[in-house]
Amino acid sequence: MNFLGFGPSSTIEVDFGGAERRTVTIKGDGGSAETLPLFSGVETLAGQVRVTPPPGKKLEHTGVKIELLGQIELMFDRGNFYDFINLVHNLDAPGELSAAKVYPFEFSRVEMQYESYNGVNARLRYLLRVTVARSYSSNLVKDFKFWVRNVSEAPQINNSIKMEVGIEDCLHIEFEYQKSKYHLKDIVVGKIFFLLVRIKIKHMEIEIRRRESTGSGPNTYNESDTIAKYEIMDGAPVRGESIPVRLMLTPYDLTPTYRNISNKFSVKYYLNLVLVDEEERRYFKQQEITLYRRDL
Amino acid sequence: MSAPEATLSPAEEQQKWLTETTNNVKQHAYYMKQAIDDNNLREALKHTAAMLSELRTSQLSPQKYYALYMKACDELLHLESFFRELHKGGRSIAELYELVQHAGNILPRMYLLITVGSVFVQSKDAPAKDILKDLVEMARGVQHPLRGLFLRAYLAQCTKDKLPDQGSEYEGEGGDVKDAVEFLLQNFTEMNKLWVRMQHQGSPRLKEKREKERQELRDLVGKNLLVLSQLEGVDLEIYQELVLPRVLEQVVNCKDEIGQTYLMDAIIQVFPDDFHLNTLETLNKALGQMQPTVKTGSVLASLMTRLSRYALESPEVIPKFEELQAFSLLREAVKKVSEIQTDVAMLDLVTLYQALMSFVVQVHKASLDKVDEVLAEAATVLAAQNQAVSGKAVTELVALLSAPLSVYDVVPILSLQAYPKVMELLEEPVRKEMAVTIVRSVLKSNTCITDSEKVDTLFGFISLLIKDDGLSEPEDEEEFEEQQCLVSRLVMLLKAPQPKSQLAILNTVRHHFGMGGPLRLKYTLPPLVFAGLRLITQVQKGEDVEEGEKVSRKTIFGFLHQTVQALGSNGQPGLAMRLYLQCAAAANANGFEDIAYEFFTQGFLIYEEEISDSREQVTSLQLFIGTLHLCTCFGQENRDALVHKCTTYSSRLLKKSEQCRAAYSCSHLFWVPGSKDSENVALCLSERRMASTPQMGAQGSATVAAASLWRYLYFFDEGNTAVTVQLLQGLMDLIAEEMAKTQSDDAEGSNQTENFYASTLRHIKHKKAEGGEVGARYAELNV
Repeated sequence: MNFLGFGPSSTIEVDFGGAERRTVTIKGDGGSAETLPLFSGVETLAGQVRVTPPPGKKLEHTGVKIELLGQIELMFDRGNFYDFINLVHNLDAPGELSAAKVYPFEFSRVEMQYESYNGVNARLRYLLRVTVARSYSSNLVKDFKFWVRNVSEAPQINNSIKMEVGIEDCLHIEFEYQKSKYHLKDIVVGKIFFLLVRIKIKHMEIEIRRRESTGSGPNTYNESDTIAKYEIMDGAPVRGESIPVRLMLTPYDLTPTYRNISNKFSVKYYLNLVLVDEEERRYFKQQEITLYRRDL
Repeated sequence: MSAPEATLSPAEEQQKWLTETTNNVKQHAYYMKQAIDDNNLREALKHTAAMLSELRTSQLSPQKYYALYMKACDELLHLESFFRELHKGGRSIAELYELVQHAGNILPRMYLLITVGSVFVQSKDAPAKDILKDLVEMARGVQHPLRGLFLRAYLAQCTKDKLPDQGSEYEGEGGDVKDAVEFLLQNFTEMNKLWVRMQHQGSPRLKEKREKERQELRDLVGKNLLVLSQLEGVDLEIYQELVLPRVLEQVVNCKDEIGQTYLMDAIIQVFPDDFHLNTLETLNKALGQMQPTVKTGSVLASLMTRLSRYALESPEVIPKFEELQAFSLLREAVKKVSEIQTDVAMLDLVTLYQALMSFVVQVHKASLDKVDEVLAEAATVLAAQNQAVSGKAVTELVALLSAPLSVYDVVPILSLQAYPKVMELLEEPVRKEMAVTIVRSVLKSNTCITDSEKVDTLFGFISLLIKDDGLSEPEDEEEFEEQQCLVSRLVMLLKAPQPKSQLAILNTVRHHFGMGGPLRLKYTLPPLVFAGLRLITQVQKGEDVEEGEKVSRKTIFGFLHQTVQALGSNGQPGLAMRLYLQCAAAANANGFEDIAYEFFTQGFLIYEEEISDSREQVTSLQLFIGTLHLCTCFGQENRDALVHKCTTYSSRLLKKSEQCRAAYSCSHLFWVPGSKDSENVALCLSERRMASTPQMGAQGSATVAAASLWRYLYFFDEGNTAVTVQLLQGLMDLIAEEMAKTQSDDAEGSNQTENFYASTLRHIKHKKAEGGEVGARYAELNV
């Protein structure tokens, strides 16, 4: 910016409350990773904002404020943020800064019911935005992102998923997953029981699929992603075989199930059982599972 | 332009694929080891998984796949020791166990899991039984037969020394032997299912190839049974209650021919004998449930072979066999096999009965009736097959028949009614060999057969050797002779203690031998004659003869007469003549003048009618003279008649020299105790000599004269008045003269005569020197 003749600019820093604050590393777009402070549930966000004018200069402003924003951005509406949280604190009245000034701030007991999420078509983010308003030049605005994750209790009711499916006179299987709700480090345990096999199966795998839905009504847009492919059977079974399933969720990049987040989007997870025959035909059955976060 | 691959033969193609995959394995293994050196777990796992992915191929034949598998297994050892190092360094094995399960493909995942699992068990961080159970359960995911079999083979291999067996370090917390058994049984069951499944997958055209491949893989399945059998903790109870029923259930239910055949055999081979003994009934039942094409016979046969060996090696268990009624169980089983399996091969049946037989003779030595039962059943079943016994079945059948011979004395075997029936099944040449075997074993056992009924049976057994087969000449002279010699040796062993029964035996033998035709009689009758002679001696001695066992010697002589006559009328006059003389001598010894005379008469008749060869005449005559000389029983009249015959025949010999020699021999007939006829002696000696000299030539007459000198000297010694010093002196002069004449002619012949004469002279000198009465007589003789 110096080249453009503006000289050294003012800096704005935010301290989220010490080194103890836990952080989380998030994969951003294009494989880059950033480390962000992590918050959870209903928390008080407190800390300090430090505004430093360029050395030897004064910073005139018409007010300093800090906002806490919870935003949802959708793909088809890129750049347009829907704020589901918008809290503002004014930090300073209009005036002039000649030296660095520290403003403590506190948003007490903010309810951050939604988790941060970086999806394909939907993004949910939290940030602190510090604005130094100026009258005859553009405002100084700086965003400080932070990440939110919410832990939930283990569900009271967690039924198994059990189902018999098949194609008449061709393939009949019964599968059973011990639970329908899993935490993110859980293990999917189950078994597949072959009742009738008339096709030449080559292998069988379980996929974890994620379906992100955006929009609503007729404008709903779904985006499905295969997060994991896990071969559970090699070769062709015969009638009466039962094949064990044990799939660990740990290695995969999963989020909890999000249902209708602020009426903007949903993220759902499915276990997809796929049988592939020798002609590469795929027979599958998809079952939704609910994911939740047991611990941060 | 076609690509070179298009021209590869299937075998080359296989080789090419193997080379490719092996190279890949090597390459990945290289990176794996590098990562291990760098202590980089994540990388090591990644490369191992890549290496193991090569095992996912479907292109290799079992053999080639095995090569690839071995290579991969070798490399996995590095990983295993790496895991062990990590564990030592404080890393949780449980965590590793979870970590490797992140692999996306099941086959590499399972190999990794088993590798970690083996270290896991060793670490004792978790009970062995739980880990083992998990591994064997998770391995279900591999349903591809070939890959699954090898994977489970790897599982069995890695865990075989880590089972919570009794006495093992993994026992206790890690479980007990039942867990180990359960693990192995499950692995076995799954492997067998995969193995059987191979049969039904793929095109029916390739059935044969597939079956061959399955045979190649069978030991992978059997390995589980082997490990099971090696568990310390598997005692009879566990085997009976747990192992066997489960294994058999699997074997029966798989309904697969190759599988059942192999597995039943494997069960019998790997588990100890006493287990089999105690589970015979269960085994039998299972055998009854096999597929109809399964050769249960051979399985049963090997079972019986094992049990027989067991009984042989540890005789102390034999009572147990009885207690468990092993025999009747086995017999039932054998019977069932022959009933159910209608198209069972002759060979299998014979083998089966052979095995049952050796079982019986090993285990039930005491009960011959069981042997008979087996024989009877074998005879019925085999005869019902309406097939010729041929090829290897012959060997087996001979073995079956020989088995009792090797254990029992022959005598009891003779009471086996069914024995000849089984023999009947053999074709003639083999039956003959069998008969020879029987004869040999009788001879070898050296036991006497003491009653005529048994003799009858024995000869029934070996009738092929004895009866005339209508051939004018035996096919193999030497063999025939050997056989007949063996048969004739038998006669020596047919000995009853009492005369009457002995005669009965002889009559029986005579009856059988009588059917042998001329070719056999010459071998078989002479020993019979001698046996008769022996009996006469026995009767003569008359020791310990029981009431009702008396036999008159005349009867025996009658028997002998008739026997020898048979020989004479069947083309063996020479032999008959000799035997007549032998009998005559015996009759003489018993003082039966008439009988002796009769024998002589018969002998002379043969001489007259049959002996035409001059050489034969000479020797025969010598025999007559010799025998007659011994006989003292004759009255004057008979004796004169016989002596006269001898002298007459002597003078009718062809050669002069022979006439002379015969005459010299005859001279002795006139010089027997009680009848010393000096005149006739001298006549015999001189007459011939004189008559002969001119015709014989110098050399011949010298030899004959030298020989006669000896006779003269004998009678001179005996005090025969007709032999005078002058006579001797004259003879000696004559010899000297003749010898002088022939000096130059035939060097060797004259030498002999000279030597003979010289020693005669020495004898005379010696006598002279001896002095006394004899010396005085010699004194006048001038040498």
